Amino acid sequence: MKILAFDTSMQACSAALCFDDECYEKYTLAPRQHNQLILPMIEALLTQANCQLKDLDAIAFANGPGSFTGVRLATGVAQGLAFAAQLPLLPISTLAALAQGAWRLHAARNVAVAVDARMQAVYWGQYQLNQEELMRLSEPELICAIDALPVFCDTNVWVGVGDAWANPQVVSQVSDVQNLTAFYPDSYPHARDIVELAKAEFAAGRALECAQAQPNYLREYTVKA
Amino acid sequence: MRVLGVETSCDETGIAIYDSQYGLIGHTLHSQVALHQVHGGVVPELASRDHIRRIVPLIQDLLVQASSPLAELDGIAYTAGPGLIGALLVGASVARSLAMGLNIPAVAVHHMEGHLLAPMLEDDVPEFPFIALLVSGGHTQLMRVDGLGKYHILGESLDDAAGEAFDKTAKLLELAYPGGPALAELAKQGRDGIYQFPRPMTDRPGLDFSFSGLKTFALNTFRKSDGNLHSDAAKLQNRADIAYAFQQAVVSTLAIKCKRALQQTGLLRLVVAGGVSANQALREKLRALAASLNAQVYYPRHEFCTDNGAMIAYAGCQRLLAGESDGLEINARARWPLNQA
Repeated sequence: MKILAFDTSMQACSAALCFDDECYEKYTLAPRQHNQLILPMIEALLTQANCQLKDLDAIAFANGPGSFTGVRLATGVAQGLAFAAQLPLLPISTLAALAQGAWRLHAARNVAVAVDARMQAVYWGQYQLNQEELMRLSEPELICAIDALPVFCDTNVWVGVGDAWANPQVVSQVSDVQNLTAFYPDSYPHARDIVELAKAEFAAGRALECAQAQPNYLREYTVKA
Repeated sequence: MRVLGVETSCDETGIAIYDSQYGLIGHTLHSQVALHQVHGGVVPELASRDHIRRIVPLIQDLLVQASSPLAELDGIAYTAGPGLIGALLVGASVARSLAMGLNIPAVAVHHMEGHLLAPMLEDDVPEFPFIALLVSGGHTQLMRVDGLGKYHILGESLDDAAGEAFDKTAKLLELAYPGGPALAELAKQGRDGIYQFPRPMTDRPGLDFSFSGLKTFALNTFRKSDGNLHSDAAKLQNRADIAYAFQQAVVSTLAIKCKRALQQTGLLRLVVAGGVSANQALREKLRALAASLNAQVYYPRHEFCTDNGAMIAYAGCQRLLAGESDGLEINARARWPLNQA
């Protein structure tokens, strides 16, 4: 199976093109340059793999939560490419991609993902590895005030991933901190981890028609009076 | 050459297909006015969220409606600025990626270039060179247009755009958003000669504008008069009189500067575009001006005075025919001077 995946939801910009047994990836930290970089990155991968969009089975992308603009950029790119090449879309949670990356890079099985949502809030997701070595939510993702973060109530060893863990307030607010053994606050999503999650979504028949794949902001936008 | 045009610079999602041989093939538009109305103005984040929900279904519908499949497109044009950066990025990302996927060229179009070329979509097409008056909620500019991409700014507003002055004055007269058209409607009941508003910057040479003082003048006029009136009918009439005097002042000022621009350049063709170009009082004034100078005035049809995809498809088609096309970057700029387009 052939999947193109990409992410522009945080400070990093990445794209990956994966076949059954090989994977090409590009990744760069490039705040505010995603709009300049993402299509050339995808083009370079297609050229490198000697492959065309129409040869793919699906396109996956991180649809949030994250920067509103970044998440919409990825959605727009995914919709445009998928519409042109008549491919299905697989939106993947940015937090799930971070958790999946923590398994690949740090062998973490239980991952508490906390991403800075500004205004004293974080995007929060607790992920655990299943038997297929895929990260699955143990509780629904949420946007949460720092002083109301959920308390862990199990005996598992957890790893903290996401930039909100750089905030000491976040660390101290999670009351049962002894469950948290390591923190990786400077990790960002990698497109190759999106591919792993997307393959399972595709197999489960959860691919979407291009217009249906939308951002998951997690935060409702309220207008200040 | 057949070009898809995408416009998302503010609160309208506009899509169109223009063909250099057959003309406008089709166009469609979703306006977000109702979404922003309750907030009294455009909320940028809400605008972006709505654009991304609507853009692909609108394109899909138009392709079906116009019986023009994606495979028949030769290029894609999108508004890259100026405008709301988040809103622009939605149209830019979808349009640029769609072009890459179809393996056809894409071109980033300047929103105001779209407006000033919009009269080219009509039967009576102005020839270059001409004077263009661009009047909208974001811009008031007088330009000399010598050809595609050859824009020389003769004058522009130093503060509020004409449309912005309309909207702000409407707000202080307690008219609902979007206030400009509502103010023009109210002005129809206004009486001539009750109030006399200044014609800003007409007493000195040059082609620049300033409209923020008129808004203040309207506010002061309203404050001084409204409290002395006791019946609802009298208050309403007073507001109509203020609206009338305000509109007359804006329209006269615009006309005076247009006359100067035509006389200075010796040109006899005037193109008027942008949202305010739909204003009836302005059209009447400029018709009279043109008649007195033996000049011609050109407007886009009513629905293309405000933001739309057709003008972007047209402008992009001309750019592509001229051999231009962009790389793979997704272009969006909140600010972008027209003479750099």
